[in-house]
Amino acid sequence: MIEFIKGTFVIAGALLMLLASLGILRLPDLLTRMHATTKAAALGVILIMLAVAMHFAEVGVAARAFAIIVFILMTAPVAAHIIGRAGYFVGSKLWSGTVKDELRPNYDPLTHELKSGHETKANARREPKESDPS
Amino acid sequence: MDIVILISQVIMSLALILCFVRVVRGPSLPDRVVALELFASIVVGLVGVYAIKSDVSSFIDAAIVIALMGFLAAIGFARFLERGGPRDD
Repeated sequence: MIEFIKGTFVIAGALLMLLASLGILRLPDLLTRMHATTKAAALGVILIMLAVAMHFAEVGVAARAFAIIVFILMTAPVAAHIIGRAGYFVGSKLWSGTVKDELRPNYDPLTHELKSGHETKANARREPKESDPS
Repeated sequence: MDIVILISQVIMSLALILCFVRVVRGPSLPDRVVALELFASIVVGLVGVYAIKSDVSSFIDAAIVIALMGFLAAIGFARFLERGGPRDD
């Protein structure tokens, strides 16, 4: 029984990684490629590490496998966010079928300044407060 | 179990090849960074599968180190891109 579950997890993880590679090869621009790779590859690694924990069935190995799972779950979104941000700042092209880019009208790439669209002169001025350190 | 391991290794090697095509072709540097991060993830999976195949649990430590290096490489490349290093792509 446990052999069957292990084999299923290993094959499913490998297929998810193949899916991520297909996504990175076929999708048209940086953000869609990141959307394919981050989630599918993270789930693939998680499934394979679960299979490893089941195979050895020792406390030390299972703890290390779960450490990898937690590490992947914490770092995959952070890395994707930072690469996407850097890619937008260096001006990577979006796909021609992109429907909406909400950052474009509010962000000035030269001064690196972001506006909310709701600034007034009164809002923009900074009022000193009593709680400020002197 | 051995045949399952063999099939999964073949599938992951195919994934590595497809990913490498994107590393070579990638039109800009961020695309290549994303592909290299996927590379690290697939190698972590391959090391885990090899640990199952060879019955040696110490390979899991190598997988931890590879995952860590992949994350740090992605962060470093992103900082390099944002600070505006030399680009030719």
